[in-house]
Amino acid sequence: MSKVLVVTSGKGGVGKTTSTASLGAALAAAGQKVVVVDFDVGLRNLDLVMGAERRVVYDLINVVNGDAKLAQALIRDKRNDNLSLLAASQTRDKDALNLEGVTKVIEQLREKFDWVLCDSPAGIEKGALLAMYHADLAVVVTNPEVSSVRDSDRIIGMLDSKTAKAERGEKMEKVLLLTRYDQARAARGEMLKVEDVLEILSIPLLGIVPESQEVLRASNLGAPVVMSSPNCAPSRAYADAVRRLQGETVPMNIPVDRTGLFAKFLNWRVS
Amino acid sequence: MALALVPQPPLDSWFAELDQQMARAPNFFAGRPVVVDVTFLPRNDPDLARLAGEFAGRNIRILGIEGTEPNFTPPAAWGWPPLLSGGRPVGTSEVPEEKAAPEPHSLLRDENVRSGQSVSFPKGDVTIIGSVASGAEVIAGGSIHIYGALRGRAIAGVMGDAKARIFCRKLEAELIAVDGLYKTADDLPQNLRGKPVKISLDGDKIVIEPLD
Repeated sequence: MSKVLVVTSGKGGVGKTTSTASLGAALAAAGQKVVVVDFDVGLRNLDLVMGAERRVVYDLINVVNGDAKLAQALIRDKRNDNLSLLAASQTRDKDALNLEGVTKVIEQLREKFDWVLCDSPAGIEKGALLAMYHADLAVVVTNPEVSSVRDSDRIIGMLDSKTAKAERGEKMEKVLLLTRYDQARAARGEMLKVEDVLEILSIPLLGIVPESQEVLRASNLGAPVVMSSPNCAPSRAYADAVRRLQGETVPMNIPVDRTGLFAKFLNWRVS
Repeated sequence: MALALVPQPPLDSWFAELDQQMARAPNFFAGRPVVVDVTFLPRNDPDLARLAGEFAGRNIRILGIEGTEPNFTPPAAWGWPPLLSGGRPVGTSEVPEEKAAPEPHSLLRDENVRSGQSVSFPKGDVTIIGSVASGAEVIAGGSIHIYGALRGRAIAGVMGDAKARIFCRKLEAELIAVDGLYKTADDLPQNLRGKPVKISLDGDKIVIEPLD
């Protein structure tokens, strides 16, 4: 049974694309057949984070419009055969998407892959609605700050009313991925605590990804962080999240990087 | 939805134009209900007699005719369909008296009200089993009962009920209002933030008291 998962948040810049790439790569590493689909038409980023920007020939819009076959548009990852990318178009905008075309593409992807990960654009407009429409499961990416939490709350309301599942009267499964979490700042009261966010949003927690320079470095390298440095704290958080997605029970903790003077020195020497 | 056609005198040239359009899109009227508006045709126009026939000859199904005066009755020989006005048939008809089912006095919602959502029930009380998020609102004609945190807006007694009240388990509201009087978050007493409270009206003053 294949699963369609939407990575969404409402607010921009919270880590949807990073999380899509990392969850996808971690699922592929676990032997699952995965495709990550960029729904951010006009502002595509997923190809860059996956390091596939030079290999995009056809994109989602071409497939939706019937200009290209799905097989032509899928880009297989060079590092892991299980992982594929369906890029968005950079020259078009969200209006180029339509429900009929998206439905057809998602149906075809369901047949080929175990997991279809849809990277939603920010906002609550057409692009975001189409990205979430066919989802079986939603990963709500949230930063521990009030504006992000409120936007996530708005998106949760839409997941419960504007998706195919909601229209069929079924309950949409939603999980929270708390990203860019800084334990020290949360302890000082400069950020919302995990409990605060969970109390407001009241959906189950999928994982807590700590704030880390490694994520930025990975994006610039064009690799999901779980591939570029699999042992750093955010990578371990994503790996745990993926085990939970597959039904395992993994104790929840906030991975930390060892930061001593020595480690910093090493880092500096290496780079 | 019906399509409205508005013939204008002289009828012959109007029908000629219609024929041209139909030649371009032959199936345009196929199966579509059409309403003909005769506002611009003089009532003494002899062409009115053949109006229905002209449409029938073009396979256009006329659902009704609109734009006649209330007391106008077309001769039976014209073969007109019923007269309409604003989409409803004209003519007095007795509305059968129905026994109305008793209307509910309260609205119950057993999930959170998420940011951007609005729950409104002007006829009575609203009960929320869950929280009201920041950026969400609950509007009630009567009282509001929230069995969770109130982080958004609660507007009670919206139809002018000074006896309406607001109850919540955790007061973190952005705005509360009873019968048109309101307080924003800044005006809420600091010592009751995060506490269970009841909110009522005393004259033209909002009173917030702890629940326990």
